[in-house]
Amino acid sequence: MSVQDKVIQIIAEQAVLDPSDVTPDSTLESLGIDSMGLVESIFVIEETFDVEVPFNANTPGENDFDISTVASITKGIERLIAEQAGAS
Amino acid sequence: MKRVVITGAGTINALGHDVPATLAAMREGRCGIGDLDLRDVERLSIRIGGQVRGFEAEGRYNRQQMSLYDRFTQFTLAAAKEAIDQSGLVFSGELAAKSGVVLGTAGGGVSTWDDNYRSVYEDGKNRVHPFVVPKLMNNAAASHVSMEHNLKGPSFTVSTACASSNHAMAQAFAMVRSGMAPVMVTGGSESMLCFGGVKAWEGLRVMSRDACRPFSANRNGMVQGEGAGIFVFEELEHARARGAGILCEVAGFAMSSDAGDIVMPSKNGAARAMSGALADAGISRDAVGYINAHGTGTAANDKTECAAVADVFGPHADKLMISSTKSMHGHLIGGTGAVELLACIMALRDGVIAPTIGYEEPDPECALDVVPNEARDAEVQVALSNAFAFGGMNAVLALRRSP
Repeated sequence: MSVQDKVIQIIAEQAVLDPSDVTPDSTLESLGIDSMGLVESIFVIEETFDVEVPFNANTPGENDFDISTVASITKGIERLIAEQAGAS
Repeated sequence: MKRVVITGAGTINALGHDVPATLAAMREGRCGIGDLDLRDVERLSIRIGGQVRGFEAEGRYNRQQMSLYDRFTQFTLAAAKEAIDQSGLVFSGELAAKSGVVLGTAGGGVSTWDDNYRSVYEDGKNRVHPFVVPKLMNNAAASHVSMEHNLKGPSFTVSTACASSNHAMAQAFAMVRSGMAPVMVTGGSESMLCFGGVKAWEGLRVMSRDACRPFSANRNGMVQGEGAGIFVFEELEHARARGAGILCEVAGFAMSSDAGDIVMPSKNGAARAMSGALADAGISRDAVGYINAHGTGTAANDKTECAAVADVFGPHADKLMISSTKSMHGHLIGGTGAVELLACIMALRDGVIAPTIGYEEPDPECALDVVPNEARDAEVQVALSNAFAFGGMNAVLALRRSP
């Protein structure tokens, strides 16, 4: 399963939707995921991909990880996987 | 109804090991937050906190006591001794029978849980020390204060997360005001700065990695602290009859529940607690000169709290001062309202307003006089102390200058 498919699965589960209802362009807001749902999604992403996501709920727009859409989250995870694999 | 005054105060926190040291630090705007020194800190992503340093519990308590005193109890006993010594009270006879101790803590003996879970899970041991339960229980600190000072009246522990000690002090106040008890020892303590305690907070993604900057536009979260604040609440005529020194009057309180979200604060809940405390005290909003804010330094709390203050005080919101001393001592969770009450006492008794340090950029959503970075001299007749907990449970105390 690709990173994007896994992200869609995680986000769909959080939003209580079918994965087919979640597209790369979906925003978390449009799927009805609130701030607690976001923090939970990031936790699941970290556990699934074994990465550390730099995310602070106080400054959601300023983190070095773009959470605006499924596609941007996927891109961010791919970058973290590459970086954190290189680092360890 | 009786009037209630504070005749003793004690504390230990990251700013100092007693009240004079803590107030001196608040006047100087000193920061007690620094790098955490604890086991496995390298496995934490949050590595700062307002840790109590140089406490040396082994020099204060004997071996038997150490086997029963979690760090939150150690802090409580040190602060309680300071407060009761200052009050000059010795509890015996009828006074002892009627006087009690009500304390707040969110986590109780967190380090005891942490150490012993580590021992059985990580080290694979199948045996723990026989006193683990009496050491970790949330009422251990209150119990040891009662035993140490012969307080035989109503005693218990209140746990409402970050509002625990304000709820506890509200109970103590109500008991003295009603005539149920002539004196109550009250306040709260917390000691969560161990690996498991910090790790749990880390998970919520609301902690700052660099500083607590309440009300500043660039704030990025809360910073944990630890310690205790303990007070002697005494019926006014009882205090006068023995010529006791009075630090200030506790004039009223109110509690409210948001009945909304488990973590997101509500403007309405906070506003109801503040206006309720003023109504309970029979004080007009224009008389309030200072508010010790809950001011956690999170995005959500600070803007909600400022909006609630604006709602309650109307045009007077722009005239009063509001500061968060969490910028200096960190967030003591269940003990925080107790340590912050010291800033109210300093405002009322000494005419010095503790600053909000670390303030760097104005936030239009927190457009109040937050006493940025430097303490200020001001005559204050009435002060409020706010505490708004996770779970939406709020408690606000109203304090007045010594009568």
